[in-house]
Amino acid sequence: MNRRFFKSKIVHDYFHDPSAIVGSFLLVIFIVGTAFAPWIAPQNPYDLEKVSLEHFLTPPIWMEEGKAPFLLGTDDQGRGIFSTILYGCRTSLIVGFGVVLIAGTFGVTMGLLAGYYGGTFDSVTMRLADIFFSFSTTLMAFLLLGLFKQRGVLIVILAICIADWVRYARTMRGSVLQVKEEAYILAAKATGAGDFRLLIRHLLPNAIPPIFVVMAVDMAVVIMLEATLSFLGVGVPLTEPSLGMMISIGKDYVYAGMWWLVVFPGAALFFLVIGINLFADWLREELNPKIERRE
Amino acid sequence: MFAYITRRLIQGVVVLLAVSFICFIIFMYSGDPVISLAGRYATLQEREEVRKAFGLDKPFYVQYVRFIANAAQGNFGKSYVSRVPALGLIMERFPATAELAVSAIFLAFTMGVGLGVLVSLKPYAFRNRLIMTGSLVNISMPTFLMGILLIMIFAVYLGILPPFGRGETVDLGFWRTGFLSWSGIKHLILPAFTLGMYQLAVLLRLTRAGMREVLTEEYIKTAWSKGLPPRKVIFKHALRNVMIPVVTMTGLQFGELIAFSIVTETIFQWPGMGNLLLTSIYEGDQPVIVTYIMLTALIILSLNIIVDILYAFLNPKIRYE
Repeated sequence: MNRRFFKSKIVHDYFHDPSAIVGSFLLVIFIVGTAFAPWIAPQNPYDLEKVSLEHFLTPPIWMEEGKAPFLLGTDDQGRGIFSTILYGCRTSLIVGFGVVLIAGTFGVTMGLLAGYYGGTFDSVTMRLADIFFSFSTTLMAFLLLGLFKQRGVLIVILAICIADWVRYARTMRGSVLQVKEEAYILAAKATGAGDFRLLIRHLLPNAIPPIFVVMAVDMAVVIMLEATLSFLGVGVPLTEPSLGMMISIGKDYVYAGMWWLVVFPGAALFFLVIGINLFADWLREELNPKIERRE
Repeated sequence: MFAYITRRLIQGVVVLLAVSFICFIIFMYSGDPVISLAGRYATLQEREEVRKAFGLDKPFYVQYVRFIANAAQGNFGKSYVSRVPALGLIMERFPATAELAVSAIFLAFTMGVGLGVLVSLKPYAFRNRLIMTGSLVNISMPTFLMGILLIMIFAVYLGILPPFGRGETVDLGFWRTGFLSWSGIKHLILPAFTLGMYQLAVLLRLTRAGMREVLTEEYIKTAWSKGLPPRKVIFKHALRNVMIPVVTMTGLQFGELIAFSIVTETIFQWPGMGNLLLTSIYEGDQPVIVTYIMLTALIILSLNIIVDILYAFLNPKIRYE
């Protein structure tokens, strides 16, 4: 089993695709960095006892006025940029995984049912999906959060899920419609498999591969969306770390030449997203039977 | 075709009604309007009188019908903050947003399609690989970050473009335009570029993928072997068939464009609708928020219908029955 796995096509392709390796390398760095944030970060930027205003707006350590332990300088509250980035990426990843899992599960279920049963349920779901799509995930999540009065990470996840599930429902439905016509589904039906068994055992596993690509791409989109919402002030509350909020605070200091407040969190966000996008690109080609890979 | 358009229009109205219903519910359950209308220190009796005068004592459905009837006439109530009609407040800001959005779409469309065609002709040339890497970088960078970086480079360090505002505008009576003054154009460059960048990358990738597929088709080989000039083969025979998904995408992304115009306007302090919306959200100015939502819904739905009709002109195979 093990040897077969290491000789399989997918493993071979992975090690021969630089973008897949770079992408997943970046992802691993971010996941490890955020998971061990309390041990890696020199200070906990959200522990009020550890943060002192006297260190506010310190430049990065290699510049003239830089001070240890503030590797990348501090913001206007005296929070270390490096530490805040670690905690901020944590929020990004929590929102990213949260939305992909919740919206993904709900969307896949709806798409599966719509594709399998067809009829009124199908047409209503798909009309709804069209409308959601034309309003765009970003606009809808923003307006929902604008109307909600409460703020919090969970509320951000919820709002993005409401706006985002249709992406999965559409893809899943399309995939189910294709798989439904396959001979083995007919065979399963002929042997007397019930609806439930057909859906879970036969349709779901065979129709789900395109969803993995959507999940990977969506993860990048959702992380950027969370940052955008927090940047606009409708995302996570001020008491939670977020890359978008860091940049929003930093943008006022750009005119004074304090570039580190924007550049470092911006770079972290960018590398996180590009890592996911590179990985997604590889996954898309790998799972698409139509593209013959050139080596 | 006529039947198709009619059906789409009816569907559009149904969606608008649904949106209005959601807005109405939010209106109803986000604080009692009587308190803000009658004033905080009004007696109970005065409040009752206000409630009667504004029809707020009527049952839910009666109020909803009134809300719809008013909305259909463009009356969405007055802003809680500035006490002027919400629609007027938004319409005043409309030209700024429209000019920004149109410039962004224009930039994204011409550059996206142009570069996409260029890249598709020699996909593995060094220059074109560079363009593709650039587009991946572009897709992985959120609009707000792009905007701030552009401000840092072009306004703070180089000092050649203004970082915020709309510059001098010329009043045409019904429309205040920034296109007619040099300062207006200079102020437009960074925001339009910021807003257009995201779409640019998407359109570039779509055009490239489409062109690469189409260029291998038999009829393109025929066109080449007929000895047609490259200009004709590429633009008339190949690109025409690629334009269908590209135009669709441009239309579909309109909602996204509006969303990102909120972001862009905030960064560049552009005096448009998005900026107003964000301020209204901070201030809890419900009538303005609801008007904005209804107006955006109307614009997006109309655009969708127009794109669908454009389809028919681009692709003669599609006949709406």
